[in-house]
Amino acid sequence: MLKFIKRNFDMRILFKTNYKQDINLAKHSGQSFWYALLILIMFSAPLILDGYYIGEATRVLIYAMAGLGLMVITGFTGQASLGHAAFLAIGAYTNAWFLAQGFSSFVALPMAALLSMIGGLLVAIPAARMSGIYLAIATLAFAIIVEDLAGHLNSITGGNRGMMVDVPTLFGYQIWETWELYLFVLCILVVATLAVLNILRSPLGRAMIAVRDSEVSSQALGVNLIKTKVFAFTLSAAITGLAGAFLAHYMLFLTPQIFGILLSIQLLLMIVLGGLGTVHGVFFGAVLIGVLETGISIAKDSLPSSIGGLPGIEPLVFGLILISVIAFEPTGIYGRWVKIRSYMEFFPIYRRKSFKRQRSYLKTERLR
Amino acid sequence: MNLLEIEKLSISFGGVKAVDDVSFAVEEGSVYAIIGPNGAGKSTIFNLLSRFYEPLSGQLNFAGNDLLNLKAKDIARLGIARTFQNLELFEHTSVLQNLLVGRHVHNNQSWWRQLLFTGSVLEAELKHRRKVEEVIDFLELAHYRNHMISGLPYGVRKKVELARALCIEPKLLLLDEPASGLNPEETEDMGFWIEDIRRDLNMTVVMIEHDMSLVKEVSNRVLAIVDGKVVAEGSHTSVQKHPDVISAYLGDVQ
Repeated sequence: MLKFIKRNFDMRILFKTNYKQDINLAKHSGQSFWYALLILIMFSAPLILDGYYIGEATRVLIYAMAGLGLMVITGFTGQASLGHAAFLAIGAYTNAWFLAQGFSSFVALPMAALLSMIGGLLVAIPAARMSGIYLAIATLAFAIIVEDLAGHLNSITGGNRGMMVDVPTLFGYQIWETWELYLFVLCILVVATLAVLNILRSPLGRAMIAVRDSEVSSQALGVNLIKTKVFAFTLSAAITGLAGAFLAHYMLFLTPQIFGILLSIQLLLMIVLGGLGTVHGVFFGAVLIGVLETGISIAKDSLPSSIGGLPGIEPLVFGLILISVIAFEPTGIYGRWVKIRSYMEFFPIYRRKSFKRQRSYLKTERLR
Repeated sequence: MNLLEIEKLSISFGGVKAVDDVSFAVEEGSVYAIIGPNGAGKSTIFNLLSRFYEPLSGQLNFAGNDLLNLKAKDIARLGIARTFQNLELFEHTSVLQNLLVGRHVHNNQSWWRQLLFTGSVLEAELKHRRKVEEVIDFLELAHYRNHMISGLPYGVRKKVELARALCIEPKLLLLDEPASGLNPEETEDMGFWIEDIRRDLNMTVVMIEHDMSLVKEVSNRVLAIVDGKVVAEGSHTSVQKHPDVISAYLGDVQ
């Protein structure tokens, strides 16, 4: 056993003998080992940690799921979205409404994903023809509309007075405990992550990345721009909708104010901090945001009230971190992690220059 | 037999007639070169063929299909591949991923199969990979297979773009200045490859090129255009001697 673990610490030279090695999710035995260990630890966390930390971990997992949804459209397809809180809202309210009608989570969760998907489709059909700042404004507008709707549809959402969320039920079993919800979220998150990874190694995922990097040449290669963007939007909305459904369970009480513009920006911040365009980045970002939120609230309590009680400390800290990440490490935490890893792998011959940013060559401007 | 027929093609941007009444035909299995000074409208012809631009008038026929009935995304499926003058690679992925996008037109797996990555998707992926490896072997790109595009030198990028176009397995290959930015040695290699593409892969090539030695080496016919108008067409020797071509490049003799 010790030998086995040691082997996974040693420097590894990959010897490829089969094309499947490039397709498989785990590229070598070391990766299978570490990811299996990670999943094992995640699933056994409720045995070790007490309720408060499991609750915090649940929040991080929900953020990660929402971030995964946003990453699909922004990180992989390159379409900026400032309105992902809308899909969280649709998912949350749909889930809560169906549970309130007496349906089980087996109905409520798929309905949350489905309605969110329909919302995604509604945005995507016009949005697939926009790009850049215009798309950002369109998605922002969508989020404001959804937030307003949630405030006005009193009979369904409870309006601004808010709405209680029933506990999730599976096979007639009611999920009351924090750790039970944690495991439920974890299972769905693992499935969602696998689905995204599968898409990324398939033609659709490559088409998404192609659209992100060059719309002109992806068209010349036969990629249907609109279809690809609509698919990415729909998948993104479905995953984010699921995250919204779980957010409802975490919050226990829904008001439209939860799903404001700040939540959308926080999600965007999360994936940028973690590392745009990587699945790892989603999780790094979620952990960072989760830890920061907890850390700030703890720091607020210990600071004198004249400082700790000031409004707007959170946006200030988040803003500062965002600016420094963009200035010093545009590839996010994941990018930094890759550098640290290669430093350890090639110690003591790390070459700073290997990650020097390359100048980019002239690109065709006329077709834009 | 003519694979590509262009008749009376015109387009204007504002008041500028970028392509003015251009007609030519490309025989199947030949290399056809388009030459002309900068701004003559050569790349615009390619962009019209790719259906990025809507022509004012004229006809585009490819192997019995009217291209004007199609959209930009359908052109590749028909068997027309192209490269770009200023390189349009997918910067933030590897060479291999770029080439695999070239196989996109050959994909017929439904989205839910891809979501689950079923056996049939795996099967298709392996098939695409084998084809891509053939192209990698052909263009000697094996060393760069897993490199990111954003770190590659210009000459290699040009090769990757050609390779990506070849992955479509097209009938017609449109090369927009394949030798620009290459050193003499690389240009010579490019000449051999174009020759091999025509002979061994049975593709028809239309290329825009400024390097006359390359044009002379590989092309069967040459078209010279100046200010959007055809000034000469024929073998490279006859076009090179044509007085209008000489005056366009060197100016008139007083």
